[in-house]
Amino acid sequence: MGILEVKNVGKRFGGLQALSEVNLSVAENSVHAIIGPNGAGKSTLLNCLVGKLIPDTGSVMFDGQSVLGRSPFEINQMGISRVFQTPEIFGDLTVMENMMIPIFASRDGSFRMHAVESVVSESEVVDYAEQMLEDMNMADKRHMHAAAMSRGDKRRLEIGMCLSQKPRLLLLDEPTAGMARADTNNTIDLLKQIKEDRDITIAIIEHDMHVVFSLAERITVLAQGTPLVEDAPENIKGNPKVREAYLGESA
Amino acid sequence: MLGLDKKDAVLLVIVAVLTMFAPFILNPFPEGSAMAQFNAGYPDLMQRFVIFGIFAIGFNILFGLTGYLSFGHAAFLGVGSYAAVWMFKLLSMNVIPAIVLAVIMSGLFALLIGYISLRRSGIYFSILTLAFAQMMFALAYSVLTPITGGETGLQLALDDPRILGQSQTPEGNIPVPGLFGFEMRDSAELVIGSWVFTFNLGYYFCGVILLLAFYLAIRIFRSPFGMMLRAIKSNQQRLNYTGINPKPYTLAAFVISGMYAGLAGALMASMDPLAGAERMFWTASGEVVLMTILGGVGTLIGPVLGAGAIKYMENIISKINSDILHSWFAFLPDGLEDFVVTIVYPFIGKGWHLTLGIIFMLVVIFLPGGLVEGGQRISSWLRNRRARRDDRRSKTEPAE
Ligand SMILES: Nc1ncnc2c1ncn2[C@@H]1O[C@H](COP(=O)(O)OP(=O)(O)OP(=O)(O)O)[C@@H](O)[C@H]1O
Ligand SMILES: [Mg+2]
Repeated sequence: MGILEVKNVGKRFGGLQALSEVNLSVAENSVHAIIGPNGAGKSTLLNCLVGKLIPDTGSVMFDGQSVLGRSPFEINQMGISRVFQTPEIFGDLTVMENMMIPIFASRDGSFRMHAVESVVSESEVVDYAEQMLEDMNMADKRHMHAAAMSRGDKRRLEIGMCLSQKPRLLLLDEPTAGMARADTNNTIDLLKQIKEDRDITIAIIEHDMHVVFSLAERITVLAQGTPLVEDAPENIKGNPKVREAYLGESA
Repeated sequence: MLGLDKKDAVLLVIVAVLTMFAPFILNPFPEGSAMAQFNAGYPDLMQRFVIFGIFAIGFNILFGLTGYLSFGHAAFLGVGSYAAVWMFKLLSMNVIPAIVLAVIMSGLFALLIGYISLRRSGIYFSILTLAFAQMMFALAYSVLTPITGGETGLQLALDDPRILGQSQTPEGNIPVPGLFGFEMRDSAELVIGSWVFTFNLGYYFCGVILLLAFYLAIRIFRSPFGMMLRAIKSNQQRLNYTGINPKPYTLAAFVISGMYAGLAGALMASMDPLAGAERMFWTASGEVVLMTILGGVGTLIGPVLGAGAIKYMENIISKINSDILHSWFAFLPDGLEDFVVTIVYPFIGKGWHLTLGIIFMLVVIFLPGGLVEGGQRISSWLRNRRARRDDRRSKTEPAE
């Protein structure tokens, strides 16, 4: 049994069957990549895991509990953090504040009325956030407005925010899309580092095959809303079905 | 100081000094001089400055932090006033129980209205709050006349029970609001030369409450709760996926700001014990939006400045008439004098709304951060100028 079990999931948008009969099992403490051509339904599948969409059929179990029907914040509190295809951070807040919010969320739950104590006196949270920024190599930017950072830095910050929550499952939707080569390599190193440092399961959607083959222990290929194959990376490269799915796109 | 960092403590001290010395600061011109009509240091107006300051501070906790623009906040002001007057009728003329009930009642109304309106965001939220406020205005004006006094408003009467106080004074008058034996209308005057300064108990009472309200707002702004509210404004989606439920946070902010409005309403009734439905009219809700934007949305001091600026214009510019204008421009040749007066006339008296509108537009276009941004620009300009001058001096006088 994997930590994440997707069974028979289907999702329809009007006349478009975006997902059908998707089965996926992500083993605990593995890195599982989901690849596939544009429009294959990868983001839709991810949205079904985090409460943004509710699938029409099937079940999604995380650590033996169903996530269906729960709100995104409840699913996050269960231990799933998500990084978006375009970085989602608090642009009007400082980098330090961005880092503190997820830490508060893990410590205090989805709501707590702490309206008169000051943020700076929460030394436990402040210290941990400083530590995280240190680890992410962005301590020098702590007073900057998050919106003013480069795209690569925003992505790093977003990943750092998710990691600060010590999630059991980290979902990444094309973390290197639109990044320069150097930034992409940095992100790969960062993710490898994270994997070494702690027990974490990572599910990653990615177009960049360099990223996929540097990280993944298991790959699922999605095409037209259904899994085509699931295998170890070395077997995916030569698989004719996969080639066919991608050739349709590049032609 | 008081759990504030240095910058916030300085701000609090500035507001405290301004409030406590307002009778002097607002009365700079000697009595009887041509400029005396620009004096704003009389109790009535000073009370309005601080009461609307409290209203705007509370409004800013919702609008400035979460970005949810309520267009019906005057409803809570009205609820506060009615609740306070009812306390004066039934219990006693002491303002404390009146204020307590007003804050509780407005909080309950805010909880209900907020719970429903916050199901939507953006313009739909604004429209929902507006609809609620207008419904409450209409009810207060007609159906609920037994509770609200309808068109005439809710007033005190000689036969009110006032179980802990007296129905009438020994002289047969309606008693006036007070605080443990002191009356809100008590005043002392200080005459220095041709200057007259008035110190009114009611004003100082409101002033102290303003300081408490301001202090609480600073604490909220600097708290984890305040940070979550700013996060809601910045990116609600990210907050959701970070394990935070934005709903109770926004609702809490809505209720707190409704209670501030109720407090302001209670103070109004404490200064002048009557309450009318027009206090809930949509223009009153719009006014607090203008105050907040004019002063600086999301800043601590902005709403207080905005409230002061608008109330000053409403009360001072509206009192200028054409005779006064003629006396100002009398030094000009006759034809020119008439011409200038004709040009200026639409902007004064009843035309003060025009002046306010133009100032508001200029601020929104050129100073989107409101008066606070204006202040910041001026101070940074001064700093730069000084830096440049020092620079030049050090160049012309090379170090020996
Ligand atoms: N909310 C929606 N309403 C209607 N159709 C949608 C919606 N979301 C996605 N789709 C459609 O479903 C299909 C799958 O989209 P999805 O975003 O999951 O693809 P993807 O595999 O993530 O593609 P990409 O690699 O471009 O990100 C697409 O045809 C898309 O247009
Ligand atoms: Mg996608």
